[in-house]
Amino acid sequence: MDSADRVENVWGARTPHERGTAWPVRVDQELAVAEAEVDRWVQSACVLCSNGCACDIAVKDGRMVGVRGRAVDRINHGRLGPKGLYASWQWSDQDRLTQPLIRTAEGLRPASWDEAMDRIVEESKKRHPLQHGFYTSGQLFLEEYYTLGVIGKAGLGTPHMDGNTRLCTATAGASLKETFGSDGQPGSYEDIESCDALFLFGHNLAATQTVLWARVLDRVEGPDTPAIVVVDPRDTPTARMAERTGGVHLAPLPGTNLALMNGLIHELIEHGHVDEEYVARHTIGYDELVAAVAAYEPKQVAEICGVNAVDVQRAAEIFGTSERVLSTVLQGFYQSHQATAAACQVNNLHLLRGLIGKPGCGVLQMNGQPTAENTRECGADGDLPGFRNWANQHHIDELSTLWNVDPLKIPHWAPPTHAMQLWRYVEQGSIDFLWISATNPAVSLPELPRIRDILDRDGLFLVVQDGFLTETAEHADVVLPAALWGEKQGTFTNASRTVHLSDQAVDPPGEARSDLDIFLDYARRMDFRDKDGQPLIGWSTPEEAFEAWKECSRGRPCDYSGLTYDALRGGSGIPWPCTDDNPEGTDRLYPDSVFPTDSYVCEDFGHDLLTGGSTTPEQYKATEPAGRAFLKAATFQQPPEWISSGYPLIATTGRSPYHFHTRTKTGRSRKLRQAEPSVWVELSAADAADLGIAEGDRVRVESERGWMEGPARIGRVRPGVVFVPFHFGYWDSTDRGRTAANEFTLTEWDPVSKQPLYKVAAVRVRPSG
Amino acid sequence: MHLSTYLGLLHSAENSLAEAFGQVGRHHADEPDVEHLCQTLGEKAAGHVESLGPFLARYGEHREDEPDRLRAAEFSGTRSGGVGLLRDLQDLYALASFVDVTWTVVGQAAQGVPDADLLKTVQNCQTDTRTQLSWLQTRIKQAAPQALIVAK
Repeated sequence: MDSADRVENVWGARTPHERGTAWPVRVDQELAVAEAEVDRWVQSACVLCSNGCACDIAVKDGRMVGVRGRAVDRINHGRLGPKGLYASWQWSDQDRLTQPLIRTAEGLRPASWDEAMDRIVEESKKRHPLQHGFYTSGQLFLEEYYTLGVIGKAGLGTPHMDGNTRLCTATAGASLKETFGSDGQPGSYEDIESCDALFLFGHNLAATQTVLWARVLDRVEGPDTPAIVVVDPRDTPTARMAERTGGVHLAPLPGTNLALMNGLIHELIEHGHVDEEYVARHTIGYDELVAAVAAYEPKQVAEICGVNAVDVQRAAEIFGTSERVLSTVLQGFYQSHQATAAACQVNNLHLLRGLIGKPGCGVLQMNGQPTAENTRECGADGDLPGFRNWANQHHIDELSTLWNVDPLKIPHWAPPTHAMQLWRYVEQGSIDFLWISATNPAVSLPELPRIRDILDRDGLFLVVQDGFLTETAEHADVVLPAALWGEKQGTFTNASRTVHLSDQAVDPPGEARSDLDIFLDYARRMDFRDKDGQPLIGWSTPEEAFEAWKECSRGRPCDYSGLTYDALRGGSGIPWPCTDDNPEGTDRLYPDSVFPTDSYVCEDFGHDLLTGGSTTPEQYKATEPAGRAFLKAATFQQPPEWISSGYPLIATTGRSPYHFHTRTKTGRSRKLRQAEPSVWVELSAADAADLGIAEGDRVRVESERGWMEGPARIGRVRPGVVFVPFHFGYWDSTDRGRTAANEFTLTEWDPVSKQPLYKVAAVRVRPSG
Repeated sequence: MHLSTYLGLLHSAENSLAEAFGQVGRHHADEPDVEHLCQTLGEKAAGHVESLGPFLARYGEHREDEPDRLRAAEFSGTRSGGVGLLRDLQDLYALASFVDVTWTVVGQAAQGVPDADLLKTVQNCQTDTRTQLSWLQTRIKQAAPQALIVAK
């Protein structure tokens, strides 16, 4: 058992092993009491990043007192990261909301559930469906998202439902749809065990999924080290591993990822590293791809991206000549300029070599949040449930039969409203009923001065449902106290399609209720009914909701029909698709390179990657995809905001290994709070010298929209770039100083995935004394 | 030969389209996607004007006032609010459709001449124009219900 302090040793002790052998087990545990005093252990999985490490919760006297990694689980083989160990339960008795609150002239006052829910229903009934917006999370359970999805789509009939998964995982879903026809993670974490090269595109894995990075380190320390290639403008522990393994660290200027990717594709083609037979048989669009990247010679790419041409060539050579290549992609691409186009080029690299669906070969288009995958599956994020296609009448009919409602009730006249547009409608007043669950947009959305104005808009009725009085909840008209992890039951699915059950370990505090119970209560009070006058939602427990979802997913790419709560208990999590014929689930998708692009199956007919213009069903069918993947491409464009004499630096935001999101949980962990107590601003040595700034000096980072302040850390970003972690809002602030990175970020988004750009804001920096 | 007339028509229509995209983008800067994509797509129209250059030199250019009249009829400046945005995008759509079919006409002539260079230019430019139309249609479909039913 590894007992080392995981703040100091984030990834824990090494367990090196050979390529192609199983990742050894190492069980991590943190207990607030002696092990013998634990009353019982309750099965769950960690919700503090998208990895979803399986764990058991220790309970004593009706309280959570510890956590232990599950050795049998395929995702973590017993391990937990610093967030899992030190912030899984430690927040549970601090500052919790224990009863509903209602706004009066004097502020928020306690209220009964009846009073709070009656108020919500009264406001809801006054309004047209299109005046309702729901902004949810990457933190709820599958059963809760599905229930909310049915309420929105078949109860109210509003297309305005999305969540902060738009900020973290939208491009993963979008790029998979564009290339393969449907969402669905192609690869498996087990590909780490057998790859020869690992490419991390805008993915600071060592910080964002620490247990997955431990899995990589155990290959690095083993006898046949994979070459690691890292694309990141910062010099991080992840990036340093590139040099150590004979790989490459490419540090492109923020906003230029697509030029770099076009350059890599160009090199692959130029040097004949293309499996022509595979491309001819399994893809569409090769000639267009060749034409699109023709101008991206290494020299040209070096100039646009500010990298060395030889590094581009070397990275392409590693990709082109390694037998088994695994790629992962995250926020450095997803939250940057031309996100979907750049992420699609990663898919294209694999398709050009036919490296997909085989051990060690695959793509992991990652998520940031633990349950983000379920919003995508269940239709709480601006997609239809079961990866159904809003432009395919056949799919709409399936849903209308399943829910027994008129097809016209289900909003499908256009893509469901994406989060950034939803907030714009709130700003304009056409949405004036906004229900936010389990997330904190007052810290996490871009351009916070604007978001605060929107939250305080006259005439807006704002419901916030959370476990704590967050920065967002302070603006609410009604606050609903929610049960959190360990206090309710449900399932969720990690970034590699693995489904875990999280059982209820303890009672919620005070009158707090599970999000599922709250949504069900709303549906009952609104009296949503189906065509036959029966209640629209026929379930009342998490397990019944799961069973309903299984029917919705049956026959779709994300098929859960072979899963049960019982099957998920006792052993490992199980990856979908999982059917009665295939009860063990599926390690990796597309072993036969038949992709879900058939027009009757696909989740989306696709878009022009430059503008987001939709491909019509007729245009799509004319390409006769028939199971072939799309090699889509776009040319590089200048980012919407770039440096000027007034704002000469580019700011990018990101994460710490010790905190999750806006720190509602990790900020209440004593250990993690000590590890990373407050915000900082990273500057290159050259820029710091120019500005007369020394390590630790307080600096102000300012854009056209807003500013924040923090102490300088010098030397980890490339010159011209400023980095600020986005975790630090205001709930625990003592001096009310401006600490949130999103004070200066901009309101712009990718034209296809609609994911906002957090990585390209023009700023100036000065000492703030 | 009236090809010169049609090249002139195309020249002014693409100019009008470039200008109209710019105008709509600037006016609706509160819609960041509209601002940004109108700029990108307007630049494409401006690029088409440039690529017409060699053919105007080859065939001459006879300017009619037709596209200006079209512009006066279809694009008389920007409007505000949800419905205003919708109408502005619809005007752009009408103008881009006019450009699209004008390229079709010129493309037919290019085959008749035959002029392979012109044909290639027609194909490239018309692909861009279809992209403009596709984006406009997508954005209009998205905006319509909210603007027509519940916009303040």
